[in-house]
Amino acid sequence: MTPAEQLADIAAEPGVSKPDPILVVDNVTRAFGGLKAVDVDHLEVQRGVITALIGPNGAGKTTFFNLLTGFDQPDTGNAVFDGDVASGQSSHELARKGMVRTFQLTKALTKLSVIENMKLGATHQRGEHFFTALFSPLWNVQEKEIESRADALLERFKLDHMRDEYAGTMSGGQRKLLEMARSLMADPTLVMLDEPMAGVNPALTQSLLEHVKSLRSEGITVMFVEHDMDVVRDISDWVVVMAEGRIIAEGPPDSIGSNQQVIDAYLGSHHDSALDLDADLLGGES
Amino acid sequence: MSLAAIDWGFILTQSVTQAFDFNAVVYALAAIGLNVHFGYAGLLNFGQVGFVAMGAYGMGLSITLWQLNPFLAVIVGMIFAAIFALILGLPTLRLRSDYLAIVTIAAAEIVRLIARSTVMRPITRGAEGLNEFIGPFRDLSPFSASQTYGIGPIEWRGSQFFAVVVGWVLVGLSLLLVAQLMRSPWGRVVKAIREDEDAARALGKNAYWYKLQALILGGVIGGLGGMVQALGNATVQPDFFVAPLTFFFWLVLILGGVGRVWAPVFGAVVYWFMITFIQNTGRQMVDAGMIPTSIMDTSQIDQIRFWIVGAALALLMVFRPQGFFGSREEMALDAR
Repeated sequence: MTPAEQLADIAAEPGVSKPDPILVVDNVTRAFGGLKAVDVDHLEVQRGVITALIGPNGAGKTTFFNLLTGFDQPDTGNAVFDGDVASGQSSHELARKGMVRTFQLTKALTKLSVIENMKLGATHQRGEHFFTALFSPLWNVQEKEIESRADALLERFKLDHMRDEYAGTMSGGQRKLLEMARSLMADPTLVMLDEPMAGVNPALTQSLLEHVKSLRSEGITVMFVEHDMDVVRDISDWVVVMAEGRIIAEGPPDSIGSNQQVIDAYLGSHHDSALDLDADLLGGES
Repeated sequence: MSLAAIDWGFILTQSVTQAFDFNAVVYALAAIGLNVHFGYAGLLNFGQVGFVAMGAYGMGLSITLWQLNPFLAVIVGMIFAAIFALILGLPTLRLRSDYLAIVTIAAAEIVRLIARSTVMRPITRGAEGLNEFIGPFRDLSPFSASQTYGIGPIEWRGSQFFAVVVGWVLVGLSLLLVAQLMRSPWGRVVKAIREDEDAARALGKNAYWYKLQALILGGVIGGLGGMVQALGNATVQPDFFVAPLTFFFWLVLILGGVGRVWAPVFGAVVYWFMITFIQNTGRQMVDAGMIPTSIMDTSQIDQIRFWIVGAALALLMVFRPQGFFGSREEMALDAR
């Protein structure tokens, strides 16, 4: 069954339950002073599909992302990742369990070479412990294994020509590719991409899109924040819409554009025409 | 009034001796520790002298207070430095890097002030310092106190030569340790945290724990410097460990090049050579009448030499900001 078929019979309503969720969120709230930035009653993210998270500026998407990935802790509620309570766990613990994220502002480690950036991504490295690090024979073999995996990924992402350059010499788009490739080194089951296409030129966008799709064909679940509706329509199997901290709509990409709640959230509630999913209209934020 | 009046042989002998004396070792070890902190892990430590003091006091007290054997005393000194790292790191390393910087500069002064306080006199002997710990170390020394040792004109009295030899062995071991760690996956994580802590965390690395390990490692190496100081001077005086000393360690590190294994040692040797060279040359020039006493007398040279070193460092920063061993290419990446 293709991912789209799995989701075909599911009602397009907020908080709907799905056949095989990898991530289940319940009553998660986070307030900053008087502002309730995130207030999500229930959300399930289906395994093996690409889920887009969209919403107008200030909807709480990135805060929600931070809560899910352990970079921030919710005031109430919890998230269950792959049958394991995720709330309260720190970001590095979640990453080791297979939930790896990228950032809106790319975080290439500029003074490390590209290959070192990649090798960092591998988890459970013996040589990362202080005392084993002192004795090369204890980690040499694993290191070679990691290096060949890294080289294969660099080739797949067409970054192999940059292998020994400092990551700081890469262009913005190359850094996005590097960050995505590096996250794959951690053998993730769920990849969380925070605006993967932001600031990337159109030619590279296509190649990034292909890479995201190839994650799905490898069985990796993808959740991403995006503003460009063309991108959302092109690659996502399911769209979740946030506004003012709440999830206001869910559904297949085609159903979202005509959803009255979504139109109201983006354009104000007195607008009465169907929303034209124009990239310029919704993608104004970057 | 000619350059012939100056004894260049003497000046060079003095300068080279100082460049490899135990004081240079103290600076080298402290700067190797700082290099682990700042150069590799990106931790801003402005209180390295506190770690040096903890090492010296740990070793000294082990003997004066607890009568331990000298080898155990060295281990206790290292534990003292490690505990100091925990006290500083546990509360601050979860926060932004500035917090560690603020805490370290204060903590180093607190160590000195506690050690010299009257309340602590029964233990630390207050401002007078610890003096009775050196015996067991002298007994270990294979060098006779009445003889001199060295290569050619560069020589030390036996009592100090022991500290020089032990010191350089410790420098060698520390460099090997740092070099091995920094080429291992452990070092990769530490360097990644220096570049971007969140990126490391998103890839499953416990940034807090690695920063704590780096703080302990660099602190313990600094503590070894304190022990070499104690051995060389045969005393542990609280007022040796004044706050400005930390900035001389920084100077030595920057001179050599931040984030390069060898750089702190090179920096320390060059620094002590320069300081001694300027001092001796200046003194002889005054004595020979080449510099009139109306401009400068010999007692003022101690200050002038720091002016000159300061100016030299400023020039270095203009023309070679990466230090002697640093990489300009790497430096340029920061500007992007």
